[in-house]
Amino acid sequence: MIRAVIVMSTQGKPRLTKFYDFQTPEKQQELIRMVYGVLCNRPENVSNFIKADDIFGPDSKLVYKNLATLYFVFVFDSSENELAMLDLIQVFVETLDRCFKNVCELDVVFNFNKMHTILNEVILGGQVLETSSEEVMKAIEEISRLENKLESVALKSSGEDFVGAIGVVLNNVAF
Amino acid sequence: MAGSSSSPGLVDTLLQRSLDDLIKALRSHPAGEPSIISRALEEIRREIRSTDPDTKSVALQKLTYLSSLHSIDMSWASFHAVELLPSTSLSLKRLAYLAASLSFHPSSDLLLLTTNQLRKDLSPSSPSPILSLALEFLSVAASPDLARDLTPEIHSLLSSPKPPIRAKAAAAALRVFTRCPDSVRIAFKRLVDNLDPSSDPRVISSAVGVFCELSASDPKPFLPLAPEFYRLLVNSKNNWVLIKVLKLFARLAPLEPRLANRIVDPICEHLRRSNAKSLVLECIHTVAVSLADYDHAVRLAVDKMREFLSCDDDPNLRYLGLHALSMLGPRHSWAVEENKQVIIKSLNDPDPNIRREALHLIMGMLFDSNVVEISMLLVSFASKLTPNPEFCNEILGAVLLACGRNVYELVMDFDWYVTLLGEMARNPHCAKGEEIERQLVDIGLRVKDARSELVRVVRDLLIDPALLGNPSIHRILSASAWVSGEYVEFSRNPLEVLEALLQPRTNLLPTSVRAVYMQAVFKVLTFCFCSYLESLDDGQILSSLGNTISGDGCQEESDAATVRFVTNDNTMVGSVDDDGATDCMPGSLMGSVKLNGPFTHESILYMLNLIETSLAPLSECGEVEVQDRSRGILCLIHMLREFQVLNCNEEALRKDCRVIEIANLMTGVFSQELGPISASAQKRVSVPDGLILKDNLADLTAVLGEEVEVSGSVTTSFFHRNHHHVETGDESKTSTESTSLLSEHRKRHELYYLPAEKDEIQSNDYPPANDPQLPVSQGGASEDLVEFTDQPFLSRQTKPTKPRPVVVKLDDGDVQHNSAPRPTVDLKDDLLSGAVRDVLFGNEDKPKQSQMRSSKSQRRKKDPLTSVESASHLKESVNFVHVEHGSSSSKSSRRHSHSTEKQSSPGGSMDKEERSHKNSMNSHHHHRKNKHRQREDVLSNLVPHTPVIQDFLL
Repeated sequence: MIRAVIVMSTQGKPRLTKFYDFQTPEKQQELIRMVYGVLCNRPENVSNFIKADDIFGPDSKLVYKNLATLYFVFVFDSSENELAMLDLIQVFVETLDRCFKNVCELDVVFNFNKMHTILNEVILGGQVLETSSEEVMKAIEEISRLENKLESVALKSSGEDFVGAIGVVLNNVAF
Repeated sequence: MAGSSSSPGLVDTLLQRSLDDLIKALRSHPAGEPSIISRALEEIRREIRSTDPDTKSVALQKLTYLSSLHSIDMSWASFHAVELLPSTSLSLKRLAYLAASLSFHPSSDLLLLTTNQLRKDLSPSSPSPILSLALEFLSVAASPDLARDLTPEIHSLLSSPKPPIRAKAAAAALRVFTRCPDSVRIAFKRLVDNLDPSSDPRVISSAVGVFCELSASDPKPFLPLAPEFYRLLVNSKNNWVLIKVLKLFARLAPLEPRLANRIVDPICEHLRRSNAKSLVLECIHTVAVSLADYDHAVRLAVDKMREFLSCDDDPNLRYLGLHALSMLGPRHSWAVEENKQVIIKSLNDPDPNIRREALHLIMGMLFDSNVVEISMLLVSFASKLTPNPEFCNEILGAVLLACGRNVYELVMDFDWYVTLLGEMARNPHCAKGEEIERQLVDIGLRVKDARSELVRVVRDLLIDPALLGNPSIHRILSASAWVSGEYVEFSRNPLEVLEALLQPRTNLLPTSVRAVYMQAVFKVLTFCFCSYLESLDDGQILSSLGNTISGDGCQEESDAATVRFVTNDNTMVGSVDDDGATDCMPGSLMGSVKLNGPFTHESILYMLNLIETSLAPLSECGEVEVQDRSRGILCLIHMLREFQVLNCNEEALRKDCRVIEIANLMTGVFSQELGPISASAQKRVSVPDGLILKDNLADLTAVLGEEVEVSGSVTTSFFHRNHHHVETGDESKTSTESTSLLSEHRKRHELYYLPAEKDEIQSNDYPPANDPQLPVSQGGASEDLVEFTDQPFLSRQTKPTKPRPVVVKLDDGDVQHNSAPRPTVDLKDDLLSGAVRDVLFGNEDKPKQSQMRSSKSQRRKKDPLTSVESASHLKESVNFVHVEHGSSSSKSSRRHSHSTEKQSSPGGSMDKEERSHKNSMNSHHHHRKNKHRQREDVLSNLVPHTPVIQDFLL
């Protein structure tokens, strides 16, 4: 099972965090800090796996990938294959790249919701769902299609109220 | 103004900052983050109460962001997320679900409020994105109640026509199963159906993943699924599926011997064919864990490992290759042997993972035949690892651990080992002081033969003034001082030791260690003085010295000695100040009084003067322990000086019975041998009559409070010589009475004792140990390494040159218990595997569901549902099912209705069952539904733990 997904900047600032077992915000912060403490001391061009038993409890490893100014970190246990997890990071990053067209840290920073939506298509409840970025893109597109459809329906019904409300505000200002 | 009450909300809406605004604000003032966040929180608290869903949702979104990335608590806003869940707008719904799945505590009461909405969103007619949202939420936040209530929805979604939804439902089912084991009875079959090879690969992958996860704690109930997994192993082209299937087989194969035989060929096929490194790695793991008996498979796996190891440009593969190699374990040591060269080179790898794995592998290959070479190699390698003290200590730790394991099981030559310990202590980065200290003392106590070499090694450590400046080895020096005091009789030159113990740089030591030093001084002094008197008694010395020393002459001599000492002391202090510390070895300094063998009158006097001069300042020391000891020694010296005879005539001295008396007393104090004491010694002692151990001693602490505290502040380990009760193991066996006193005493003064040892002594006469000077390897680290690769790890050396000395051990089972306590399967898992077993071994009971539903209302009333309650409830229901089943089917099943484990059915009936099973196997594909039915019938006559499913595989 995948226990957590963390994307953080090389300065240690979290950009995306998802824990598949509930953790309180304080605990999350502590875990992220510990992970960063390990990552920032890793020399370059060394292996991407770290035993994380003292951070996430027994039988946990993490795999990370440093891309530009970001660390992508997946925490997992012995039910997952190390190299497959490394591939999965690749899938995730590829999907982001497709989605944002040459993804950079700013995209990640300003698209909090979308990041989670993408992640939820790749991993659900700690289980790997989808390993093709194309399929993920399809799902994302379907979401926005449906969103637009529902939105246009909603707008029709609430549009008049909104105009009326503006009128009230303007009236208040006028008097 | 009818609109005035709603206008603040509207103003908020119009002027509300969006999440992007918040992020920009945070980014533009990194320093002012806390204030920006607290201002934003204020806004959010106001906005989130708005009746306008858009305002509310933006506020919730900002809060979710702050909670997720800035660790702000948002539990107070959970209700607002629940409020937004039913929104008709998908974007609002998404925000609400995101907030909920990131922040809901699984034990939150609010989860109950979501049940209806989730049920609505999970209906098969919902659009996929909404289904996905609800399933995602369920997979992260499901509570037992929620899981139970939504099981029917999961059940129907597991057969959804849309593959992505089915895959998600399978992943969510994992959470539902673990939270509510009862749900297994309803939805498990559907999940199994998803393993069908005709399903979408995503669905299979997700379903197999769930089985893999569920089998992690208890794989046994999943044995009946082996045929399905086997089909996937042979037919699937999807690497993700194959990896999970291999994980499952790695867990199942040890449970069913015939399984291994069946899977070994397909796995070898994958090993040979696959280009995917991840799949190859998984095959290697499976072979290492479960197929270690199949030589050709192991051979193939090792070849693949070697390919990994030779990937110079990919440290990941090298690391994983080494890791896989170490999984093969000592059984296939030839594999390590084959790759020895790579492994040893890896010790120098820049990657810490690789170095660590290499070290682990090397330590795994340690035998008594090669422990000497490998340990020496590693220790000298460690001493050259100047830029990497961390790994250096890892190496030292590994060597100490390996050699110390099981009371020095691997060490044949203790003289070598104590030399090695000395070498480790000289490593400038050594941070293993505590362990080396423990082993030095421990070997002293346990191995009589090693004492002479031990004393030589610690002497070298003690006389080196440079070592005193390194705080991390003060503990080692403390042990050295203790050893040299305790076993001073092995010392070639006690005077030299005394000088080392009193050298001026000892003021760099912490007081606790200084106190140990002083006790050692006391012991050395006692030893020297007594052996001097003894030698007088022997009359050997008289003839040589009697002529030269007489009356006044002796006085002069002693004065001269004092003078010489004082001058020498000055020069010594001077040279230390000049930082020429290494030059002024106290031993060489006192060349004129160099002693080997019997002591002279002159040297004894010199010794007394030296001690007196060095300790005099310490009698005013602020640390009680040091002050106490120095005063004790000074008093003794003072007392000795009282006897004028000491200053005049040896003849007189010899005849003075008071001196003899003192000498005898002093020897008596230290004469008893110390031995290791069993950790369980205390327990073996019966409490004598009349001794009330549970008496309240509160008054005592009130009276002695201060003193107790003072002595408690001094933590030293070596002061037990003051107490005369230390016994050897032999005695402790015979005289429990005195042991009980000792134990009692120990209990009270624990502080002053050595940490309790695990073994007892067996007194024996030991042949004297040899004195081998082991060559210390020289040259560059890499050279050594390469050199070493020429030697095989497994070199069965020629017989050791001398017999292994006796190491004192206890026979009462005090050996360390290495086996970790069996992980207790927690209640949830137990219930879960019980449920899985019930389903797979044929308890397809519809009534279960209705029962569950009816119990729901009860459970809701007693809200904080304790696990114990639910457990007992469940157990009852399980029994109920068994009984019911038994009555409805054949008689024989009644016999087993309560038997859950470890009965085996008679072989005859087994055969019959097997045959009937093969029949069912033939019609397998056509009658899937039927199969389960049949299997169930068959199984009802069998015990659950004899998995019938093996027969499919044969």
